[in-house]
Amino acid sequence: MAIEVRNVDKRFGDFVALGDVSITVQDGALTALLGPSGSGKSTLLRIIAGLETPDAGEVLIGGHDVTHSPARTRDVGFVFQHYAPFKNMTVHDNVAFGLSVRKRPKDEINARVHELLGLVRLDGLAKRYPSQLSGGQLQRMALARALAVQPQVLLLDEPFGALDAQVRAELREWLRRLHDEIHVTTIFVTHDQEEAMEVARQIVVMNAGRIEQAGAPGELYETPANEFVMSFIGPVNRLGDAFLRPHDIQILPDDDGTGTEALVERVVHLGFEVRVELKLHDGRDIWAQVTRENAEQLELTEGQILSVRLPAARVFAT
Amino acid sequence: MSISPAAGIGARRPPVRGSAEAEARAARARRLGARTIALGYLALLLLAPVAMIFYRTFEHGLGPVWSAVTAPNAQRAFWLSLEVVAIAVPLNTIFGVGMALLLERGRFRGKWILGVLIDLPFAISPVVVGLALVLVYGKTGWFGDWLAENGIQVIFSMPGMVLATAVVSLPFVARETVPVLHELGTDSEQAAATLGASSWQTFWRVTLPGIRWGVVYGVVLTTARALGEFGAVSIVSGRIEGQTQTLPLYVQDRFENFDSTGAYAAAVVLALLALATLLAMTLLTRRAHRKAGT
Repeated sequence: MAIEVRNVDKRFGDFVALGDVSITVQDGALTALLGPSGSGKSTLLRIIAGLETPDAGEVLIGGHDVTHSPARTRDVGFVFQHYAPFKNMTVHDNVAFGLSVRKRPKDEINARVHELLGLVRLDGLAKRYPSQLSGGQLQRMALARALAVQPQVLLLDEPFGALDAQVRAELREWLRRLHDEIHVTTIFVTHDQEEAMEVARQIVVMNAGRIEQAGAPGELYETPANEFVMSFIGPVNRLGDAFLRPHDIQILPDDDGTGTEALVERVVHLGFEVRVELKLHDGRDIWAQVTRENAEQLELTEGQILSVRLPAARVFAT
Repeated sequence: MSISPAAGIGARRPPVRGSAEAEARAARARRLGARTIALGYLALLLLAPVAMIFYRTFEHGLGPVWSAVTAPNAQRAFWLSLEVVAIAVPLNTIFGVGMALLLERGRFRGKWILGVLIDLPFAISPVVVGLALVLVYGKTGWFGDWLAENGIQVIFSMPGMVLATAVVSLPFVARETVPVLHELGTDSEQAAATLGASSWQTFWRVTLPGIRWGVVYGVVLTTARALGEFGAVSIVSGRIEGQTQTLPLYVQDRFENFDSTGAYAAAVVLALLALATLLAMTLLTRRAHRKAGT
């Protein structure tokens, strides 16, 4: 189901959580709401779910105005940041909850729970209690619980935030594949640009209660609409009002007079990538990103003076 | 000059060990002192008097005790106490859980006033509660005429005693439930809502199981308080012998009539009821902890 948010405002006291926010999410899309903390991304997600009511504006799911419908009638699966497990119930009963409040027959519930536990790879753990699960397992249980009622829309609030790095990487990949399998319209909230770029097909960048830009990951990276998006998505060098990507800086093998003189202050080896910290002849600091191979060819050493070419930097109107 | 390592250590050790031992001894003494004071305080205030009652009750054997507790008025008082508790405690449980939900989940102006009101019965003397109830529900009270016209007698009868007991034991369930509700948080309730549960289903299946031990603890305290209530009930009941005497009132009545065997025997029954309540609570919370541990 497509989701449409129109001109939504939300205040908490004097704090403007959302100011005139509008977004459109296509049916079956996988979208990330990306922004720093306090940017309003979680509030927007909760408004779509019906867990908060907007002060103004509308929310449409599948073309129907649900602005004033309670959460329970919206047909939305919601995965909470800290999973919100029902601690007094087993994994089976947690997943079965949505079906059991709908008074579905026992056989149907058991079959569906079995199927879902398989999907999230928790097969043998049906009789465990949430306190006996790891963070990653709780996350997958919460997902199975949300999917059990076959929601039109799946919403996830910082789904990987509380997990350690390895489990997080694994679950990201898994979520993307799951979405390929079940095609439910999915929105997830994250403050991690890498996570958004890796998982989502569409990213909505938010800042201070507003939408800065929405688009495909590559689009945001290549043609950022403003300074905020440019510096939030991907690494960036700032030279006065101008911005340029570290990998756009070319280090010239020979000084042919076309480049700018720069002093190598530090060379940091990060595996495939090498980060070169430079001081330009006018005293400004920038850093360049080169491949390991490139760095070796150039024989970069600290204290060396070389020539760099700065491509046209991007300047945003303010 | 060479000093063997063993000699070096040996030379240094005794004073170190000595001071460590002295410190440990001092710590033991402090702990022992603290325990003695705590236990002594309890013994003087609680254990000795209660033990005395048991001793006095049974000093002439079981015979007199048996006839004292099976006396018609004693029996009547025993059952009346249980009846009052059986009505007042469920009322306060429902009301207390409701109030706790309002205090913890509600968003409205003047919530703090509600919080203060709920605590009021802790602050006001039960005697004052009794007098206030008489003023409102008595013959010359606000509702006196209306009640009399409809043939309802509140004061000097069962409804008044239940009211008085309910008022003095009002805060326990709400006060025990609020912190547990706070700890439970709203996430799981919201999760239930997004899964399609009505507020009623959410309450029974998610909220209540989450707060049940807080409620149980509150119910136990309410029961203990309700069983022992004297002041308020003493005023609203009129203390009619064999009719509106609860166990505490009966104890007082026997005591005033120089029937010490009757007084002590009834007091022991009262104490045993309270002990049974506390024991039930201890067993229940222990089971809860064991369950939470798995």
